Amino acid sequence: MAILSESAPQTARRSTVLSSIWQFCRQNPLGAAGAVVVFVMGFMAIFADFVTWNDPTRNNFGVMLEPPSADYWLGTDQYGRDLYSRIVYGARTALMVGFVSAFVGATIGLILGVASAYFGGRFDLIFQRVMDVLMAFPLVILALAVVSIFGTGVENVILAITIPFIPRCARVVRSSALAVRETPYIDAARACGFSHTRIVLRHMVPNVMAPYLIMMTAAVGQAILIEASLSFLGLGVQEPVPAWGLMLRGGAQEYAESAPWVAIFPGIAISLAVFGFNLFGDALRDWLDPKLKS
Amino acid sequence: MATRRRRTAFALLAGLLAIPFAFTSADAQTPKKGGILKFVVPDEPPSFDGHKETTFALIHPIAPFYSTLIRVEPENPNSGKFACDVCTAVPEPTDGGKTYTFKIRTDVKFHDGSVLTAKDVLATFERIVDPPQGISSARRAHFSMVDSVTAPDDQTVVFKLKYPSGAFMPALATPYNFIYQKAKLDQDQRWYEKNVLGSGPFIFDGREAGAVIRGKRNPNYHFQGKPYLDGFEAIFAKTQTLRVQAIRGDQAAAEFRGFPPKSRDDLVNALGKDVTVQESDWNCVLILTPNQRRQPFDDVRVRRAITLAIDRWGGSRDLSKIAIVKAVGGIGFPGHPLSASKEELEKIAGYWPDLKKSQEEAKRLLKEAGHPNLKFTLQNRGVDQPYTIVGTWLIDQWKQVGITVDQKVDGTGPFYAALDNGAFDVALEFNCQSMVNPLVDVSKFLGDSGDNYGGFKDPEANKLFDSMNRTGDVAEQRSIMRAYERRVLDEQASASITLWWYRIIPHRTYMKGWTVTPSHYLNQDLSQVWLDK
Repeated sequence: MAILSESAPQTARRSTVLSSIWQFCRQNPLGAAGAVVVFVMGFMAIFADFVTWNDPTRNNFGVMLEPPSADYWLGTDQYGRDLYSRIVYGARTALMVGFVSAFVGATIGLILGVASAYFGGRFDLIFQRVMDVLMAFPLVILALAVVSIFGTGVENVILAITIPFIPRCARVVRSSALAVRETPYIDAARACGFSHTRIVLRHMVPNVMAPYLIMMTAAVGQAILIEASLSFLGLGVQEPVPAWGLMLRGGAQEYAESAPWVAIFPGIAISLAVFGFNLFGDALRDWLDPKLKS
Repeated sequence: MATRRRRTAFALLAGLLAIPFAFTSADAQTPKKGGILKFVVPDEPPSFDGHKETTFALIHPIAPFYSTLIRVEPENPNSGKFACDVCTAVPEPTDGGKTYTFKIRTDVKFHDGSVLTAKDVLATFERIVDPPQGISSARRAHFSMVDSVTAPDDQTVVFKLKYPSGAFMPALATPYNFIYQKAKLDQDQRWYEKNVLGSGPFIFDGREAGAVIRGKRNPNYHFQGKPYLDGFEAIFAKTQTLRVQAIRGDQAAAEFRGFPPKSRDDLVNALGKDVTVQESDWNCVLILTPNQRRQPFDDVRVRRAITLAIDRWGGSRDLSKIAIVKAVGGIGFPGHPLSASKEELEKIAGYWPDLKKSQEEAKRLLKEAGHPNLKFTLQNRGVDQPYTIVGTWLIDQWKQVGITVDQKVDGTGPFYAALDNGAFDVALEFNCQSMVNPLVDVSKFLGDSGDNYGGFKDPEANKLFDSMNRTGDVAEQRSIMRAYERRVLDEQASASITLWWYRIIPHRTYMKGWTVTPSHYLNQDLSQVWLDK
């Protein structure tokens, strides 16, 4: 009887959300496909314990390099580990690294970008030149430099991916924040004597959320790719943690000819995840951009 | 009669037909001169100083530039016999086995044209045995029996020992003991870290950092007619795939460290008779070293649990399919008369034939020590074969007794920095030796050895090691070795042996004159190698 007791505004809100989702899917079928990939990936990552039946790190040399079968859907690797389990748990690693680094990088970039636009003048000038220097390095190269300083491991990989994201997000957010800074309500807030922190965080940041969300979504895909690249190079996540790039490093090179499934399935997982996030991010950008919307 | 004549005619004809083949066959065994040998090396040398370094990455590209006082017999490197390099004859000891007098050849020249004398040999061994302050000598401990080294004249070097020792000659024949020029050492003791000047079969012909080291034939080499090659190129290729492909595509003839079974099979399948495979047990072993400066690894119960959790017999069977490891052994090279038999090993913790019992004991000890859910980080080296592969297998072994382990993989530099600074929980390191001589090889497990990364002290082990080296009786040596082994691996568990390495060298068939040895350090001066093409 919960439905009967639901108030009218709640029902209306839910139907608005559902219709918005429906509208999004109709207008952006590719974006919807990307969203499905992201959703499935997220679901598998969260419920990995329930959708797998083999320990992803358990060695079983009795079944090493088994081809895909009813027992091992995607085959096994050189340690006899179930590739399906490792790919599902690998989604957890990829999403954790992807989301954390994208969220932290984009959020720090958001605050710095808005602050740079708000203060302007010499601070903005110097700050933007620092951003220029950081952006001069390609993402992977900067990430490699950070890993070589701090070492390998999940935490350091997250740090390595987060740092290059900060200037990229700060630059995009700043351009939106420059327009917001000129609006009358910011002048009004200043006139009221609000602190800089309050103006930046309460009045400017909420008004640049669209580019922030878009940057963050796009960054997740990139972060997954960089994590895979670093792990493939032996500089990211380490064995026996299930991670797609690491799976490619471990088996792809040596067993590419005799056991191609060891390389193919992690490769597909990486491609699909990055493709899904990019499609979803693009669609979200179109959806949230008022000009494109109109 | 006619039949007999026909038979005789047939035999003559067959004999005549066989003559060219017989000559071809004999000719194939006669070394040919000329050609450049290209081989791949998995890593670059940290420096050019052989006295300081311990890695094959130095030996493979740099050893061809240097001579040593003595070496293993180059024609038969597995004989266990020694041959002179810059000396005239391998001496018999005098003074009850305590004095060795070497006569130095007069025709040995450094690559700058100067003559090598006993003074250079003396300066070299003074630097190795008793290095000046600030100079690192990796094999100093091997010469603990040496009392003095002198050079009474330009052609004589005398080693006086504190006590007779069977470990002295093998220590002397270590291929890292490059003879350096005294004048250069007098100038700067560190000169050889960044420069090359030897008297070996090849002359340094340049280096492209990260890519290649080149050597060209030494026309004044003191062994007439050698080397056969015009030169060599040591090409650095970090990834194994690249090294395998280099041999497959004939960009290189060999890699002298060793490939895993899968790469051997791939090369044999691809190249057929164009590839020759040589295999040998390897005088190299992966060791687990708990850092006893850190808790809870200062507790012997925890250390014993760590070793008890490992199924070495199963690991040998399984890992030998994918990694360059094979034999189960104790602290000495498996199969050596001084090493433990299978029955003797099975009495040591971690080698018990009953795995369940071993795992239960590990759990009990952890519980008793107050660490039933022990967690630690395994410090490992960023080299797949065999480090990260064995490391990954070990983590699964420990998981079965409730120990959770993360693996921290570092490049060679940071890895050794962590070991030197004691910044690790448990490290997976190695003991690789050149000559198979357990009396010397097991010095690694002493508290006062130069590479005691575990930071422990064990006077009892020192006492056993010392008495083992002082006795000349082999049976007694063997008996003390068992006690020493039990002390290190079981009673104190100050180190855990994992598996011994297995050396597989697939090389292009046209590369001749090279023989696999139990050490990837031995017999690498390339003076015997020639190209049959």
